[in-house]
Amino acid sequence: MFLEKRPEKLIDKKGLRTDGRKPDELRPIKFEVGVLGNADGSARVQQGKTIILAAVYGPREVHPRHLALPDRAVLRCRYHMAPFSVSRRKSPAPSRREMELSKVIREALEPAIFLERYPRTSIDLFIEVLQADGGTRCASISVASLALADAGIPMRDLVAACAAGKVDGKLVVDLNDVEDKYGEADVPIAMMVGLNAVTLLQMDGMLDPKEFRTALNMAVEGCRQIYEMQKEALKEKYALIREELEK
Amino acid sequence: MTLYFERRDLVVPGDLLAEGDYTAGENTYKVDDKIYATHVGLMEVKNNTVYVIALHSFYVPKVGDLVIGKVVDISLGGWVVDINAPYLAMLKASDVFGKSFKPFKDDLSKVFDVGDLILAKVIAYDRTRNPLLTVKEPGLGKITRGRIVSITPAKVPRVIGKKGSMINLLKQGTKCQITVGMNGLVLVIGKRPENEVLCVRAIKKIERESHVSGLTDRIAEMLRKEAEK
Repeated sequence: MFLEKRPEKLIDKKGLRTDGRKPDELRPIKFEVGVLGNADGSARVQQGKTIILAAVYGPREVHPRHLALPDRAVLRCRYHMAPFSVSRRKSPAPSRREMELSKVIREALEPAIFLERYPRTSIDLFIEVLQADGGTRCASISVASLALADAGIPMRDLVAACAAGKVDGKLVVDLNDVEDKYGEADVPIAMMVGLNAVTLLQMDGMLDPKEFRTALNMAVEGCRQIYEMQKEALKEKYALIREELEK
Repeated sequence: MTLYFERRDLVVPGDLLAEGDYTAGENTYKVDDKIYATHVGLMEVKNNTVYVIALHSFYVPKVGDLVIGKVVDISLGGWVVDINAPYLAMLKASDVFGKSFKPFKDDLSKVFDVGDLILAKVIAYDRTRNPLLTVKEPGLGKITRGRIVSITPAKVPRVIGKKGSMINLLKQGTKCQITVGMNGLVLVIGKRPENEVLCVRAIKKIERESHVSGLTDRIAEMLRKEAEK
């Protein structure tokens, strides 16, 4: 088993991070849409070493019935980490942290969906973290919004999410696991970039007001880049067929 | 008045399509004078209306639609039918038995049992109550033979084609009888299994490739090649 230790330095002499990135550089990101045959919509993301699958079912009848709302659809979200997703086996039972993240992710996505169009139904979203290396809440939101769009659910905009934070006294974007654990602060945000609306803003750790503002702007810039990649990925599913036929 | 995309461009939710004095058509929404897409699809403009032809959707019932459904439950007053929509549909027993229906005398399962597939028409639906079906019209009722192909409801108009051009092409090319449910389930009945298989393949091809122009030619070509074999 691989047990990690706190690295002596999170930022080296050249100003590069533990994985060789510059402070304002995202990890390599790859989105794939429509990866699961039996879901109504699905997507997969690989962001650095983090790998997440999202599946969407619905809108469909709500079970149990009493959860249905008379004026809109309910969005139900399950964020779950596979037992093998982290270096020490994680119990497959939903933990306190996972339940909280499910709620946070749901609330970051709800404003983007026209829930009021399908009363008394539920849209079920399953997020499975296959490999976790930090930034899973943000990556989950980004990939889930792709799965929702793939399912043909009407949406105001795609939701892109990205974190910024402070490690070794320096502001950085898109933190990985070690930076998140041993850094000084973490500010994840989610936003509908096209509408310029933030749907999630959290912070843990300490930042002074000036640093916070800079970190926020860095995260917004990260969201913008992710948003473009999301659009690209959604189009790719259909563009590939087009290319193949026009050859 | 600005359009940000060309006609038949691929757009995704949140894409700003147009600004100015346009009307927002289906699969779009308008904030102030800006029109955005809500679905992945192809943008179109017609008579100053901007709309998006969705590439994938789920079925929303509409009164008058012909649908194919599966009986999932039998209650005292009728059948519960899954029509591939966000809501389960109801088929009332009185629709089959007429006014003389007696809940304790007539056996509903002898008419349609759980698991049976039926061809039905939507007669009422308003989002506050579940859709109501009928099988009274000629041609409706239990499906006893053939194959069911499932496609995304967004592609149903493409399987039918302009004024039924595509479906006629399929019928001629495969010698099959085709019934298209608006909910994305298509019933194919052929004299020989090979014909049915070919028809199913053609319909799947339409679903996959309909966003690329020249679809009719490709389907005609495919059917012609098969006929030569």
